[in-house]
Amino acid sequence: MTSADSTPRDAARDAAVTIANVDKTFATREGEVHALKDVSLTVAAGEFVSLIGPSGCGKSTLLRLVADLDQPTAGAVRVFGKPARQARVDQDYGIAFQQSGLLPWRTVRGNIELPLELHRDGPHGADAASRRSRAAELIELVGLGEFAEKYPDQLSGGMQQRVAIARAIAEKPNLLLMDEPFGALDEMTREYLQSELLRIAAETGAAVVFVTHSIPEAVYLSDRVVVMSPRPGRIEAIIDMKLGATEQRTDAIREDVAFFEMVTAVRESLHRGSPPTGSIPARDLAAREGRSA
Amino acid sequence: MTDIGEPQPRKKPQRGSSRVRMGVYGVAGILLLVAVWELYKWLGPTGGVVLWGTRVLPRTSDLAMPHVWDMIVRMAEPVTRAASANPLWLQVALAALVTLGIAAVGWLVGIVVGIGLALVMQRWRLAESAVLPWVILSQTIPLIAFAPVVRSWGSRIEIGAFAWQDWMSVALIASYLAFFPVAVGALRGLQSPDTIHTELMHSYAASWWTTMRKLRFPAAVPYLLPALRLAAANAVIGAVVAEVSTGLQGGIGRLIIQYAGQASGDPAKAWGPMFGAIALGLVAAGSVALLGVILSKYRRAEATT
Ligand SMILES: Nc1ncnc2c1ncn2[C@@H]1O[C@H](COP(=O)(O)OP(=O)(O)O)[C@@H](O)[C@H]1O
Ligand SMILES: [Mg+2]
Repeated sequence: MTSADSTPRDAARDAAVTIANVDKTFATREGEVHALKDVSLTVAAGEFVSLIGPSGCGKSTLLRLVADLDQPTAGAVRVFGKPARQARVDQDYGIAFQQSGLLPWRTVRGNIELPLELHRDGPHGADAASRRSRAAELIELVGLGEFAEKYPDQLSGGMQQRVAIARAIAEKPNLLLMDEPFGALDEMTREYLQSELLRIAAETGAAVVFVTHSIPEAVYLSDRVVVMSPRPGRIEAIIDMKLGATEQRTDAIREDVAFFEMVTAVRESLHRGSPPTGSIPARDLAAREGRSA
Repeated sequence: MTDIGEPQPRKKPQRGSSRVRMGVYGVAGILLLVAVWELYKWLGPTGGVVLWGTRVLPRTSDLAMPHVWDMIVRMAEPVTRAASANPLWLQVALAALVTLGIAAVGWLVGIVVGIGLALVMQRWRLAESAVLPWVILSQTIPLIAFAPVVRSWGSRIEIGAFAWQDWMSVALIASYLAFFPVAVGALRGLQSPDTIHTELMHSYAASWWTTMRKLRFPAAVPYLLPALRLAAANAVIGAVVAEVSTGLQGGIGRLIIQYAGQASGDPAKAWGPMFGAIALGLVAAGSVALLGVILSKYRRAEATT
């Protein structure tokens, strides 16, 4: 295939996700809902980016466009330089939602093996033995060693969510898409799984697009936080986080002064997000917040 | 407190004790029925209860209502006075087996047709709105009117070495009653997966058939089992009624008619095939229950919503 039309710029080839001038409207009975308006965003390979904003601002919609679960009304979404649809067919991403979405009739192991079974030509999919050993590896990785043969209804919510994450990374995707994966969990489980996720992201080197409505969660996890505002959904600001490399981030950082400063920065930007007029270009805003050193 | 380490206790009813209780209720129900029968026979008016010229309760004579114990004793006696005659229970059991075989064929055909229709309706929305009304309408055709027609059509079919047999008409009618609950139950079951699961399969770029195998069929099991049970009961009823109305020899339906004709001389005998038909229904429903045990892992969703 020719690289001329599939990769407009070299940067787009290196990027995990390129979203260019995307609009999304839904036709509903009450009329059109303008879910996303002129959204542009690039996520570099290996980068952890959070989408944050009030509910209804189009975070899930944006993630679904990247996953090719829905298509933009205008603009283009590229994943590793390919159209989103091709990236889905090529299994370039793993995905996890707020509900774990485990199949109730499959054990923990069976659920994790599902994507491997479906993609016999993918990594670890070739035969039952390699699927099994990959699943065993993942079960260890998410710390569910004793629960391999348990069914989802025998697990707590946090454990189910860990299985869902293991399933999402089963084929070692270079991109992880997560829509409020910890949203339904209690605070302690949540913080624990955040640290787990950071460790896994560092180990796999995958880029992550992570939807959340928790400011501390976004700050703790991300390299960059994308602040969105509603009606119509658009990007209000993109704020660089400077909490150090992913693998060095530990729970102690949650008590760091820098952590609180960034929480404040995100919060202020979120509250600024109401009037659509006079919005500040994202890049300038990040600079004004003084996040350069 | 936190849910990091501890699994939730399973909210599972104690199967063993509930099964015993069901058995007790079942036996108690039968005893109650026997008691009511005998009590009415003992205390009821000889001429039955007649309201506005219609008899709403039967006569209590031995002819109309034999004693329960007479019926049981009669089961052990020979069918006729001929020396070579089988005991009644054996004759009934043999006839019941014939009917069971025909009903089973009808049941299987009904399952294939029902699931096939459900697949088509699941695949194409348009098919659902085009086919479903006909499926429902098909069940309003009265079976008794329908059976002789099927038989006379069938008798005209002859393709090479294959000639339509009379029992096939009966099986066809049984399948006609069996496919309906299967089609409706399977459709609901195939449509039951949540969006999150269908989108997951979509994200895996799974084909329609793969999604069927890995998601929709397993998810349909809890819907299919009751449908299969209903289909089994329908197939048995359909087979018995069709045997009666097509006059097929060898099955329990024929026996019911034949012995009813002899009821004036041997009232208890007429009840033999009735019990046979009831046992038939129980065996059919029981087989489906067995299927449910085999497929129990697909029913976990039922327990936890
Ligand atoms: N399938 C859909 N049909 C119609 N409207 C939708 C659909 N999906 C989302 N929307 C609307 O788009 C807007 C953004 O939704 P969503 O992306 O789910 O927001 P968020 O995830 O930020 O809470 C909301 O106003 C929502 O009602
Ligand atoms: Mg959402």
